[in-house]
Amino acid sequence: MSKEPLFRGSDWDYRDVMRVYEAVERIATEELQLDVYPNQIEVINSEQMLDAYASMGLPLFYRHWSFGKHFARDEMLYRKGYTGLAYEIVINSKPCISYLMEENTLTMQTLVIAHAAFGHNHFFKNNRLFQEWTDAEGILDYLDFAKSFISGCEERYGVSAVEQVIDAAHALMGQGVDRYPKPHSRNLREERDREIERIRYEEQTYNDLWRTVPGAPDDPLRDYADPVAARRERLGLPEENLLYFLEKRAPLLEHWQREILRIVRNTAQYFYPQRQTKVMNEGCASAVHYYIMTRLHEDGLLTDGAFMEFLHSHTSVVMQPDFDDLRFSGINPYALGFAILQDLKRMATQPTAEDRQWFPQLAGCGDWVGVWQHAWREFRDESFILQFLSPKVIRDFQLFSLYNEASAPELVVAAIHDEAGYRQIRSALAKRHDLAYIEPDIQVVDVDLAGDRKLILEHRINDGATLEKSDAQAVLGHLANLWGYAVKLYEVDAESGRVINEFPEVAPGNL
Amino acid sequence: MVNIIDRRRNPKGKSLANRQRFLRRAKRQVVDAVNEASGKRKVADVAGGEKITIPTDGLHEPVFRKSAEHGVREHVLPGNKEYVVGDTIPRPPAGSGGGSQASPSGEGEDEFTFTVSRDEFLDLFFEGLELPNMAKSQVKKSDQLTQQRAGYAVSGSPSNLNVERTMRNSLSRRIALRRPKGNEIRALEEEIDRLERSGSDPERLRELIDQLRLKKERSRSIPYIDPVDIRYNRFTQVRKPVTQAVMFCLMDVSGSMSEEMKGLAKRFFMLLYLFLERRYRYVDIVFIRHTHIAQEVDEDTFFYSRETGGTLVSPALRMMSDIVAERYPVADWNIYAAQASDGDNTPADNPHTNELIRNVILPLCQHFAYIEVGLAGHSVRLPSDLWRLYEKVSHGQAPLAMRKVRTQGDIFPVFRDLFTPAELKR
Repeated sequence: MSKEPLFRGSDWDYRDVMRVYEAVERIATEELQLDVYPNQIEVINSEQMLDAYASMGLPLFYRHWSFGKHFARDEMLYRKGYTGLAYEIVINSKPCISYLMEENTLTMQTLVIAHAAFGHNHFFKNNRLFQEWTDAEGILDYLDFAKSFISGCEERYGVSAVEQVIDAAHALMGQGVDRYPKPHSRNLREERDREIERIRYEEQTYNDLWRTVPGAPDDPLRDYADPVAARRERLGLPEENLLYFLEKRAPLLEHWQREILRIVRNTAQYFYPQRQTKVMNEGCASAVHYYIMTRLHEDGLLTDGAFMEFLHSHTSVVMQPDFDDLRFSGINPYALGFAILQDLKRMATQPTAEDRQWFPQLAGCGDWVGVWQHAWREFRDESFILQFLSPKVIRDFQLFSLYNEASAPELVVAAIHDEAGYRQIRSALAKRHDLAYIEPDIQVVDVDLAGDRKLILEHRINDGATLEKSDAQAVLGHLANLWGYAVKLYEVDAESGRVINEFPEVAPGNL
Repeated sequence: MVNIIDRRRNPKGKSLANRQRFLRRAKRQVVDAVNEASGKRKVADVAGGEKITIPTDGLHEPVFRKSAEHGVREHVLPGNKEYVVGDTIPRPPAGSGGGSQASPSGEGEDEFTFTVSRDEFLDLFFEGLELPNMAKSQVKKSDQLTQQRAGYAVSGSPSNLNVERTMRNSLSRRIALRRPKGNEIRALEEEIDRLERSGSDPERLRELIDQLRLKKERSRSIPYIDPVDIRYNRFTQVRKPVTQAVMFCLMDVSGSMSEEMKGLAKRFFMLLYLFLERRYRYVDIVFIRHTHIAQEVDEDTFFYSRETGGTLVSPALRMMSDIVAERYPVADWNIYAAQASDGDNTPADNPHTNELIRNVILPLCQHFAYIEVGLAGHSVRLPSDLWRLYEKVSHGQAPLAMRKVRTQGDIFPVFRDLFTPAELKR
């Protein structure tokens, strides 16, 4: 059945976009059973795209020089032609906002709508990590609150005072996320309201007299047999979320400084699922756009020319250069995610003997949409790869793994794409996508609140990789500034508990 | 349901504030870079120089990350062609091997080149500098806004309504659209009245009544004054100088000045010229060059001509005082001078010079900067005639600043020093 194509030229107007959107939506919801947040599509130009880039893709964000730095860098690279701009940026919010660039052709807009407004959108709404850790409904309000709160602070306390806190908080952003759920509120909108209420209450009830009341005479610690253990328990140590710890426990911070730490921490937490699901998220969006565009073409809604144009950009997005190729810059998450999902579809419908052996529950089940939905819902990159990376994809990518011992002069090939190597490659690749493994595991282990208040941190090493020295030293400086007293970092071996390295104690500068 | 919103008309440059913050943050580095560059490059290039390389020191954002130099990792790479298990590969030299993402432990950053606009550049370049003692005005700003007529506008406040222009528009519109005039209608009515009374020609009467009806309709549908006729006076704000300043640039081009020394002097004046042009809207600049005679010259001649001759300082000073008397009444003008010389003067001229500078020039001036150019090799030299003379005059009291410049690298610091307001000096 051949219908009149949706469009023929490359120029577009709103009616075209509307028509395209409806066609895409029909396939997305009826055939792929995607379940999405309401969509909001915003048309912007390239300069605005650069702006959006610079503030982590968020439509509104507090001001800070590092965003300006990124803007300057991106702009330079773009103007010189080193990089193109992304065709789209999409925000995990409700409504889900996707940006379209005005320069795109209508084919590209169709692609972007399928990719972002349906692919990413579905993933944001349905993936377990996003459901658990982010609050799509509240994020825009919260960002608005964060922006005005911080600019309010700048007015009250000066730009540079605020900047120092944000600098320090940014340095610790990687250590500002909870990796495992804790029972506290996730609703950003409520959090904002509570914060406003808290400030109001404090302002209304402030009474200078309270300062003069003598403190409780007896030290509760005295009763415990082991004061160290008691103290650690009372402070909730060890604590891996350094920003959280500082916000709650740093003795000298002002109220507004704590609130800024909280804002940065909430932002870090908001982005944490995105960092854990790059492969899946891009894979999901790419598989969705590929399916939808193909179906549109089959139905005669896309001209052959438009389809060729689509294939051209699609293939360049999901291309994986070889390791010895000049263009190589690591594993391309689009390519890997797309390949695995296409492979799942193949296994579900046209399984081979190998598939039946490796994925008995999946091979030949026929319901590939269900398989996709399940994968999108339940996994993150690490577990997704561990679960679904098949021998066929490993062969297609010609993956091999290299054993790299920093002290050895040579790298050793540990596994290649053969029978003996599949499992090893799969688990090695999964490990490389496990943020908890890649990022240094740093925890607050002790602090003597009654004594010199020195903060003791531990970096637990499980692969022998100690911290990069000069950076670590600088971050410790930031940390000491926030804590207000000296900070000491030990690096210990995770298994033996042996101290491998220690950093000189860092005293706070002035904040 | 989808919602499509056009954001293209939204303000661009949402990053502007971030960019400014970044520049502010980078300022120390930028100023250092400029300072260094001004020693190497021609000063004239500075104005066009928009690309600055600044070290990441201070702009680096440190995070905890694992060092690539220690530990054990297993990498997974695509595109194996010939390797089998157990093969060894020589370690690629650090930094190669394809891009930052390939390195397993985050990105490395080198020096960072970025582009600033000419305006941003010059703002940074001259930030905090000003002409000292701008005294002959109440405010320090060098201009004031006033309103000036600037044609007509289609919108405005009622008080700015321009009646004449409005009526003219209305009239031409009425003529163009053939709005019936009052007396035409009146004539018709009279004729109808007459015919009705006489009752003679009913045919004609009906025709006239029709005509009258049409005309009345027409005059109703074409109003006497339509909103499109209305014009308002438009005003714009223009800057009007309230403080005037003149800068005299005195340069010794006598035979004793080597090409290098002249180069140094010219660089200094070039910087001064850029600074004045940038920071002050109404500053006159007078170029005087002198050998044994003094000449007032234009900018090009001042900077590019190669004439030379013997040395006398007093003619230049005298010429300056003459020009002041002639064109720049001391009561209205802030008068500045910068003099560059190697310090040589014919001994017989010293008393004249002394007399002039002490009793004529310095009383006129808000500030007088003396730059003595010398060459790096000649450091062991007695103070020059002019230096000793000026030193005696100034006693650290008079508005006379003296600095020595020996290399290109000295120029910018000396310049900054001379024009940084005392309260900002550390």
